[in-house]
Amino acid sequence: MPSDKKVQGSLNFHKKMAFKICVVAQMDQLSIENIRKDFPILSRKVRNNVPLIYLDNAATTQKPKQVVDAIADYYLRYNANVHRGIHALSEEASEKYEEAHLKVAKFLNAKFQEVIFTKNTTEGLNIVAHGMYDRLERDDEIVVTRMEHHSNIVPFQVLARKTGAKLKFIELDKFETLNLESAEKVITDRTKLVSIPHMSNVLGTINPVKDIVDIAKAHGSLVLLDGAQSVPHLPVDFADLGVDFLAFSGHKMLAPMGIGGLIGKEEVLEDFEPLLYGGEMIKYVDYERATWNDLPWKFEAGTPNVGGGIGLGVAIDYLSNIGMERVHKMERELTKYTMERFSELDFVQIYGPPSEYRGGVVSFNVFNDDGELIHPHDVSTILDEHGIAIRAGHHCAQPLMRAMSIPATNRVSFYIYNNYEEVDKTVEVLKEVKALFS
Amino acid sequence: MNNIYRENILEHYKNPLNHEEMADATVDFEDTNPVCGDEIHFWVKIDDDGKIKRATFKGRGCAISQASASMLTETVEGMTVEEVEELGADEIRELLGVPLSPIRLKCALLGLKVLQGALLKYKGEQVNKR
Repeated sequence: MPSDKKVQGSLNFHKKMAFKICVVAQMDQLSIENIRKDFPILSRKVRNNVPLIYLDNAATTQKPKQVVDAIADYYLRYNANVHRGIHALSEEASEKYEEAHLKVAKFLNAKFQEVIFTKNTTEGLNIVAHGMYDRLERDDEIVVTRMEHHSNIVPFQVLARKTGAKLKFIELDKFETLNLESAEKVITDRTKLVSIPHMSNVLGTINPVKDIVDIAKAHGSLVLLDGAQSVPHLPVDFADLGVDFLAFSGHKMLAPMGIGGLIGKEEVLEDFEPLLYGGEMIKYVDYERATWNDLPWKFEAGTPNVGGGIGLGVAIDYLSNIGMERVHKMERELTKYTMERFSELDFVQIYGPPSEYRGGVVSFNVFNDDGELIHPHDVSTILDEHGIAIRAGHHCAQPLMRAMSIPATNRVSFYIYNNYEEVDKTVEVLKEVKALFS
Repeated sequence: MNNIYRENILEHYKNPLNHEEMADATVDFEDTNPVCGDEIHFWVKIDDDGKIKRATFKGRGCAISQASASMLTETVEGMTVEEVEELGADEIRELLGVPLSPIRLKCALLGLKVLQGALLKYKGEQVNKR
């Protein structure tokens, strides 16, 4: 006879197993087709009554019912301002809004007080740029990369101009990946801030953040990570990466527009100057002076986007339910397939690194029989007539486009609901584009 | 399907009219659309009574911007400077005869913008001469 303890242990084991099997089954149900059911927009028709194929996810993603319902629920059931009213609705709203911060903190492995809600990545980057004003002296250095989005260049151009600091660039290898030797050279003891994108919105390259952090930290520099394209698509561990700041946008990860986050190390944020001053961010106010509120509220002046924050929290629930490892794997497989299919087309040129170095972004150009570039606007217009939404242009990266000597590119970018048929259809239309312009 | 790319637009794009530099032009002007990198350069010959004798262009960019410029060179021949200055989005839409979204309209209007820029430059030069 087994002892009671053993029976109990065995029962627990079986319970755990049953739970595991249940989880695996759940995962299988979360196939792409099941995910698609949560996005009503994906079953609508566009243009000449053709089904929508949405491949512009690096610009913004679609929203699942769960997120839209949560926002509607806030506005229809407990809309109130947060952190002030002593009444039921205000307490409920405050609780949900704070809970959303907690969800972001857990999702990115940061502390609650390190999570600042912003309107988007751009605002996060600007908070950091602004906070650097009184930390820079003439001839100090700010280091960014040659693959930057305008939002990670322009604030630092202005910062450099106003402080007399120098803006320096980490070079690229073959317009594919960051050149670490260049990083070693460019980052010096005068470098006060290194800002890099986690993943390029044009090339799709996922950058070796930890290598850059190692170099920057050896010189005592702060590191800002632009996570606009990475936080929605890969597991991102703020504490483990060792960066000082991480900025991202909610709308690129199922949440509404107008909500995003800046994660900052507590000890750095403590004596960092906020960008906005006003209500909510203060503790004690006199006619002459004021003291700042605790983190993270010190950086959230004025009435925040409560509904958006709640929506972001539910978007994170949705993604966590699938699992970010799985999100990354699904997208990587679809990207690999896309690059293979595009490579079959000898009139298509793909930019950026091989699929194992990139996320779900593929930039490319199409050429006619005479080898002339078919302008991306023409390519995307014809794709659009077949219901296929892609991005065409310079992707807010004009300097990179000029350095690559191309006027623009086409870009397909994926998310959890994109499937292989959509890629096949795109390939068929690209053949049509080539024929039409040859 | 392919509403925008009607035969006449593709024809103008593939075999543009008056697609050359003009050595004896009265005025020339060049501009770009930074959003898509399209470039157009116009040369205009204006006779003594202020009429466009000939317009030529060169450039690179999307089919809409290049076809629109090609059609313009034909349209403006014989028009006065003032008449060309009055052309706008409606006339360009009519000229192309295809539906244009707001973004594509910018492509379509680049040629006209450059041509009108050339005429503005011409008028400035006329004033300075006096």
